[in-house]
Amino acid sequence: MATRRPVVEGWFTIPDDDTPPSLIGTRCTESGTYFFPPERVMSRAPGFADSELEEVHLSRRGRLWSYTDAQYQPPEPYVPVTDPHEPFCIAAVELEAERMVVMGQVVAGVRVEDLRIGMEMELVLDTLDVRPADARTEDGNEDEIEYVVWKWRPVDDGGAS
Amino acid sequence: MSVEQVAVLGVGMHPWGKWGRNFVEYGVAAARAALTDAAVDWRDVGFVAGADTMRNGYPGYVAGATFAQALGWTGVPVTSAYGACASGAMALEAARQRILAGLCDVALVVGADTTPKGFLKPNAGERTDDPDWLRFRMLGATNPTYFALYARRRVDLYGATSEDFARVKVKNARHGLHNPYARFVKEVGVDDVLASPMVATPLRLLDICATSDGGAAVVLSSMDYARSRVGTDGLVRVAAISTVTPTFPNSVIEMPNFATDSAAGVSEPDRTFKQAIGDAAYAQAGLGPDDVDVAEVYDLSTALELDWYEDLGFCGPGEAEGLLRDGVTELGGRLPVNPSGGLACFGEAVPAQALAQVCELTWQLRGTAEGRQAGDPRVGITANQGLFGHGSSVILTR
Repeated sequence: MATRRPVVEGWFTIPDDDTPPSLIGTRCTESGTYFFPPERVMSRAPGFADSELEEVHLSRRGRLWSYTDAQYQPPEPYVPVTDPHEPFCIAAVELEAERMVVMGQVVAGVRVEDLRIGMEMELVLDTLDVRPADARTEDGNEDEIEYVVWKWRPVDDGGAS
Repeated sequence: MSVEQVAVLGVGMHPWGKWGRNFVEYGVAAARAALTDAAVDWRDVGFVAGADTMRNGYPGYVAGATFAQALGWTGVPVTSAYGACASGAMALEAARQRILAGLCDVALVVGADTTPKGFLKPNAGERTDDPDWLRFRMLGATNPTYFALYARRRVDLYGATSEDFARVKVKNARHGLHNPYARFVKEVGVDDVLASPMVATPLRLLDICATSDGGAAVVLSSMDYARSRVGTDGLVRVAAISTVTPTFPNSVIEMPNFATDSAAGVSEPDRTFKQAIGDAAYAQAGLGPDDVDVAEVYDLSTALELDWYEDLGFCGPGEAEGLLRDGVTELGGRLPVNPSGGLACFGEAVPAQALAQVCELTWQLRGTAEGRQAGDPRVGITANQGLFGHGSSVILTR
């Protein structure tokens, strides 16, 4: 039985139920600036060093800022998921409220031909890779660890454009 | 504003290639060539600045002192600079400041690298606090991934085509044909580029620069020292060195980050990071884009060279393809870009590359770039950008 784990702790939610997942950011309460990955120490907005940072969930949807694909298998520490390598897409998505661009892989099955700048994308969770449980994790009876990461998926708009 | 100048007394390079030898060897060869070019004895060098590489060991080893030892200890003071692609310019800046502070007359700046095959990748280990490690682990995002994101913007916003990108490679390949330091010395056609394998759509293998071994060195001196030694006729001078960092919020996605800064709370700066790199150099030199006769810019990809035309003010947004098509940026044009052949002909030897740009401009300004001379230039500018908010621009004049 695989245990689901985020590839990095504290960057996104992994809901147990049907709640959609979210990226976790922080917000500088005085300037209103968002940070992802979440800044925990101090606000990087110059002049707001003493501002509080509050944890927030970022917008789950945004507009495609740019995109490409990986036709060649990336080097380590990328972990190959198929043999031979299957090209996958990478998206940079602009979140309107946060006014920032967040990168992510695009879910499998989407090709660059399916993408265009400005289209709506939504955040999903997907398996990055599955590894045998490491004895050092002291997690008892689990056999495997499924590492989970956020990805972007084109919003199914029912064919409207 | 224009700052006090220093002289470029000598420059030297070790040919770029995939030689597989120790980087110190390339650095020493380049340093000796630069000293010979400057007619300066190593024992008269008053300061050594090394441009670091992280790939050949830890910073204590890969540093200015490594080159000072290899050239023969003289007790000379050293410094070392790491700034990714801008390392060489940062080392150059340290040497310039040392001279302008009156602490030495002559300084030697050296950068050299030995690179592994294939994609550049981060250091090994399970390093989940390092964005450079995480972007490979979580996204499979290589350097060409980022180059392709920028290229796609040109395609979708400005109507750039694969043929436009290919023309950059064709131009640079032609420029590099007569450069004895270039690694790839071969005429390339548009069809060759279009027939090369896709790496990160829309960029193909021949749109993306390789990684190379190489070494470059520059000897700087005070103007007084240069005047007493060689006079000032036709003397190449450093008019500006820009090593600015981005201004918050930086709203362009940059290697190796996952996200941009947010512009929700603080308004964006008027100029992007890449524009600011050139702006700072122009301001320091008291010059502008219209004064530039020749440029060496970082063509990590063909499309990135086009971005630089706009970021350095050679043309407006979306006009770079037109500049290229009109032949403005090829040898014989009004503003030749990458007469050396650029990264397209060299491949990137990170800590040496910003210095290699200075070497080429020095030869261009002296009028000695045999087979690739860009007319009779008086002002040249370099530009590059690398990981972690590093970038640089150097303006040379004569």
